[in-house]
Amino acid sequence: MFRFTLRRILQVVPTIVVVALLIFVIFSVVPGTFAASLFADGKRAADPQMIARLNEEFGLNKPLMERFVTYVTDLARFDLGTSFRTRQPVVDLINDRMGASLQLAVAAMAFAIVVGVPLGFLAALRPGSILDTVTMIGAVSGLSMPQFWLGLLMMYLFALQLNWLPSFGYGDGSLRNLILPAVTLGVTPLALLARTTRAGVLDVLNADFIRTAHSKGMSEAKVVRWHVARNSLVLIVTTVGLQFGSLIGQAVVIEKLFAWPGIGSLLVDSVAIRDIPVVQGTILVIVLWFLIINTAVDLVYAAIDPRIKQE
Amino acid sequence: MLKRLTLAAMLSLGVATGALAAGERHGGTLVFTAPYGSSFATLDVQASPNTQEEFITQAIHRALYSWDSNQNKPVLELATSEDVSEDGTVHTYHLRDNAVFHNGKPLTADDIIYSYKRIANPKNAFPGASYIAVIKGAEDFIAGKAEEISGLKKIDDHTLEITYTGPINPGFPLMQNTTVIYPSNVEDESSFAKTPFGLGAFVFKEHVPGSQVVVEKFDKYYEEGKPYLDRINIVLMAEDAARDVAFRNKEIDVSILGPTQYQAYQGEEVLKDHLLEVAEVYTRNIGFNPAFEPFKDKRVRQAINHAINAPLIIERLVKNKAYPAAGWLPISSPAFDKDKVPYAFDPDKAKALLAEAGYADGFEFEVTASPNESWGVPIVEAILPMLKKVGISVKPKPVESSALGDAVTSNNFQAFIWSNLSGPDPLNALRCYYSKTPQSACNYASYASPEFDKLYEAAQQERDSAKQNDLLRQANNIVQDDAPVWFFNYNKAVMAYQPWIHGLVPNATELAVQPYDEIWIDETAPDGRK
Repeated sequence: MFRFTLRRILQVVPTIVVVALLIFVIFSVVPGTFAASLFADGKRAADPQMIARLNEEFGLNKPLMERFVTYVTDLARFDLGTSFRTRQPVVDLINDRMGASLQLAVAAMAFAIVVGVPLGFLAALRPGSILDTVTMIGAVSGLSMPQFWLGLLMMYLFALQLNWLPSFGYGDGSLRNLILPAVTLGVTPLALLARTTRAGVLDVLNADFIRTAHSKGMSEAKVVRWHVARNSLVLIVTTVGLQFGSLIGQAVVIEKLFAWPGIGSLLVDSVAIRDIPVVQGTILVIVLWFLIINTAVDLVYAAIDPRIKQE
Repeated sequence: MLKRLTLAAMLSLGVATGALAAGERHGGTLVFTAPYGSSFATLDVQASPNTQEEFITQAIHRALYSWDSNQNKPVLELATSEDVSEDGTVHTYHLRDNAVFHNGKPLTADDIIYSYKRIANPKNAFPGASYIAVIKGAEDFIAGKAEEISGLKKIDDHTLEITYTGPINPGFPLMQNTTVIYPSNVEDESSFAKTPFGLGAFVFKEHVPGSQVVVEKFDKYYEEGKPYLDRINIVLMAEDAARDVAFRNKEIDVSILGPTQYQAYQGEEVLKDHLLEVAEVYTRNIGFNPAFEPFKDKRVRQAINHAINAPLIIERLVKNKAYPAAGWLPISSPAFDKDKVPYAFDPDKAKALLAEAGYADGFEFEVTASPNESWGVPIVEAILPMLKKVGISVKPKPVESSALGDAVTSNNFQAFIWSNLSGPDPLNALRCYYSKTPQSACNYASYASPEFDKLYEAAQQERDSAKQNDLLRQANNIVQDDAPVWFFNYNKAVMAYQPWIHGLVPNATELAVQPYDEIWIDETAPDGRK
């Protein structure tokens, strides 16, 4: 198990290196610069002297290779650089936002698991029933609904019409502010979880060993608890892992809509103004988060199903 | 047009003054929105040229001058009076003796000298350095050739002499967000980005990055009886649709409206009476590059101005949230010529001009455009059929906003569509058509006219503001006649506000930025905000 764990963790390193290089290359070739973004809204005239001063301060007038070497050297020392816009260390900016992002992702995932898994399970145990039909229609709707539109709909219903919840913002970090963005973000993984759980459970229910268990006189409840649940768990864990890993990236739209102070909205702002160190740092953190969750899921697999470890 | 604006401004003012007559009320929390992004770049506002940080500045800081929206001009803020030398270059400021920073330090001339040196320090590369450059000796300081700014001289603690490079109105550059005054007794300058100390009516309380900045009333503010509010939550809300829901739900007190929302709010009984409108100092235009052969000919540029039905686009696409442009200087500019009319929509005249210029069969050109709904690709798409009718084919070249700035300042375009600053200072606005202004600075259309230059140089030397404005008015009319750009419109900024909010002003420089110390909330506000 130790070697398996070590191997999976080491696989993260080359992925991070490739991603870091890709980010550097992409943002070196896309048009637009931070200095130009300062007057992009036309609210002030371009100032060539200021542009020159900024480019010099941020090292943007140095040759590409020299910048690349600096970037790689800093990265090797876990230094993500300094933001062009805020002139603060990128690590500090990400730290300021990471808590809110994690809060949102965990809440959204918890909502998706708590609602999606039981619904998928029950739908599979009663295929063709009203519950099954309603769950699957709901799941398809949840998957196909644009998050931005769903968010607006939630705001309209729960804030404007019912006046139950605030429509935006972090407030004092209370649950009231978290509910709407978390539920909006959680709907897609919920729908996916309900569908995959249903499919996984149905698969297991039709397996030979379930028939054997029934023929041995085992009660329905015991069959579901001991055989069906455990054997469909791998598929559920996979879906949970993949969804949880990608939630921070997916949250970009939701954070912007609900004015939620996570790293998603930081990323959007930074891309628009070409604050490259922040873009690079934020994307790296999102990728790292995905890889960590993915690795954790692999390790959980091995614990659930020893055959995976042997493979 | 001017009459309409004046009426609008008076109506807007009527909101404020009518409310004032009823008696200002102290107390309450204002929930103000900062709509230009999902975060504040920094609390060190001297370092940031963004509009987003101006919301913080208005609450916490003060500059030597401030913008008076009602008088539509800069006024002294940190000085009670000034003496100006005969040649107009030396200003002696008598500073307020009751102004105190939030860290307890009284304002002295040292703080102003310290602040201007910090802004101009070449090591800092701050955007406000170009404003400080109007002070004699600042250019050398910025270039690292001098230890001091020679034009700054402390007479005593409350008297400061500033020598400028010419007989300018220093109010315009020295009222800017990036030229605010910091206390000179803070050792760790990096702390300004986390814990700002200013001279403003509100003290910094809390910053939740990506969410909001909270400020509270400063008891030692120099204006007696102000501010009225106890607290302001400046919340970040970049999404129009989300802001709309929050405003209707009474969670926020003001909201800047886009064209679609403006149209919707005008049609709703409960919302239409609480809209504050102002002609802002931005001119939307399509700039022509004279390096592109057809645009060398003035008749071609004039033909394009005649071929496009700007009022129709303003009505249908911009939902009347703009005023047709009758030249470069906007309606709110003191040098605006109220008798000048926009180019008439006249396709036949356009065809005749094109034929005269040798383009009877038309030609094709490319317009570099950002996705902006009011001055981007959608507008280019709207002019396509209009220009097609006179034989001109237009191709939009979509780019991101920051790439647009790069393309224009590097002269890498045939034409571009943009919204550009055209006020409040007419002298500074028309600098962008002065032939000695580099293309990369703001003479984006590489305009050069000896006749214009002569008037502009005369205006630079003129100390009488009425005469100066007259010269600039004439210069502006030359630009209109030469048509280096397609004059599209002047932005009409619209702010929706809750009925319990009073003291808002029609700020032509940026409507979203309001003087918080003037704002008060009446008793009809929701309980949590009274």
